[in-house]
Amino acid sequence: MIELENVAYSYGGGELLSDISLKLAPGSFHFLTGPSGAGKTTLMKLCYGALLPTAGHIRLFGADVRGLDRDGITEIRRRVGVVHQDVQFLDHLNVTDNIALPLTVSGRHAEAAGSDLNELMSWVGLTNRADALPPELSGGERQRAALARAVIMSPDVILADEPTGNIDWEMSQRLLRLLIELNKMGKTVLIATHDLSLIRATKAHVQARVLRIANRRIQLAGADL
Amino acid sequence: MILDIASLRAVFLGDRQADRVVPPSGFTAQLTVFAAAVMAFLAVFAMALSLAAGRLADRWGEELARSATIRIVAPLDQRAVQTEAALRILETTRGVASARALSDEEQQELLAPWFGSELALDTLPVPRLIEVIENSDGVDAAGLRLRLAAEVPGAVLDDHSRWRAPLIQAATRLRILGWASILLIAAAVAAMITLAANAALAANAQVIRVLRLVGATDGYIGQAFIRRFTLRAFSGAAVGTALGLIAMLFLPDASDAGGFLTGLGFQGWHWLWPLLIPLLAGAVAFAATGAAARRTLRELS
Repeated sequence: MIELENVAYSYGGGELLSDISLKLAPGSFHFLTGPSGAGKTTLMKLCYGALLPTAGHIRLFGADVRGLDRDGITEIRRRVGVVHQDVQFLDHLNVTDNIALPLTVSGRHAEAAGSDLNELMSWVGLTNRADALPPELSGGERQRAALARAVIMSPDVILADEPTGNIDWEMSQRLLRLLIELNKMGKTVLIATHDLSLIRATKAHVQARVLRIANRRIQLAGADL
Repeated sequence: MILDIASLRAVFLGDRQADRVVPPSGFTAQLTVFAAAVMAFLAVFAMALSLAAGRLADRWGEELARSATIRIVAPLDQRAVQTEAALRILETTRGVASARALSDEEQQELLAPWFGSELALDTLPVPRLIEVIENSDGVDAAGLRLRLAAEVPGAVLDDHSRWRAPLIQAATRLRILGWASILLIAAAVAAMITLAANAALAANAQVIRVLRLVGATDGYIGQAFIRRFTLRAFSGAAVGTALGLIAMLFLPDASDAGGFLTGLGFQGWHWLWPLLIPLLAGAVAFAATGAAARRTLRELS
């Protein structure tokens, strides 16, 4: 689904990531960990075409990102659900409209607005917040709304960047259970987090592989976690 | 996002869902409409000026080019004889379609604006006027002058070119000035819309980022802004044009007495010309917003 081959990325100052090779197979569950500033977010952005690698090749769903035009990248976005730590919404639309936004912008509002949307809302536990505006939501509610928005297009891959960064342990567990459920439905999941206890808690439920970024390179972390 | 049928259709038919993704804006939107209305109002007058100047130039050019005047300045007792002689010469002059002496009544009418209608013309040595209508070959003015000088000492030929040329030139310049004003107004509308669109795009940077992230194409995002500004410019210009036309209606009608100044309106099918102004404003806004949106979106990943 997502393949990185000897990928390097450098900002103006110097190389942040180098010689990264990674393959996210369908249905796999990965954690991405490493110290702050190691390049977790950058790697995530490379995975959904928000950044282009400065060296190497990235193939998203079989297509080289360098060969994609802007609408091609858009096409990829519809197949990849993204959850950010500082998730942003359209603050003038209510929660329901925000969750349905990916459908709206791809011109498919009408058919899916009914039962699927309600089901999704109750799955993330936001049914009674349906008419609230995003600024009125708590941190946990925002993350769950973001997750619902990320999966409404039924994407093949879900990328979550520090999804539990702003919320308490209880809520993190709940969010993680949702991600595990998605993985059991066959979705590929990649979660960037520095929270090792979260990773440990997850490993009890699902076979997850842990990737660690250290010294600009990526390593497969062993069973020590 | 080229100017194609589909995107034009989208602008006018719209997509209510797409409209909602960009937050409503209050005051600046009204300013855009207001500015478009003012520009359209001014454009109506610039257009009226151009069309009136054009009419003036055409009329003067047409009427005066094909006519000349001969004045017979002679003592009263010789005036009739010399007039006869001049007419005879004109009959045998190439390029003259017709020539006739103006009657006393006609001359009186011409002089009435200056001397009043009670004037007794026959007591004054008023020159007799002969109106010469040329055919398409035109008259050799120099040759005619020589023949007149030989046989009719009191005849003065005036072929109008002396004062026609600067008048036509002035009218032509006025017309160019009018159209240039319309172009400048269109450019000002483009600048104003570009500023407003850039401000809106900057103010909605978060909206655009979110839309990009959830898989909206550049075309979709751009359309939401393009539609707004096109409709604002169009509706503002429509109101401004309507007000401008109402103002034109209240201008006095063109009449012979008032000369060319009161002719500064629209005549006949020229009333249809100002209807282009809102369309032009809409097209300018469409292009300006499209360019601004493309510029902004290119900078986003």
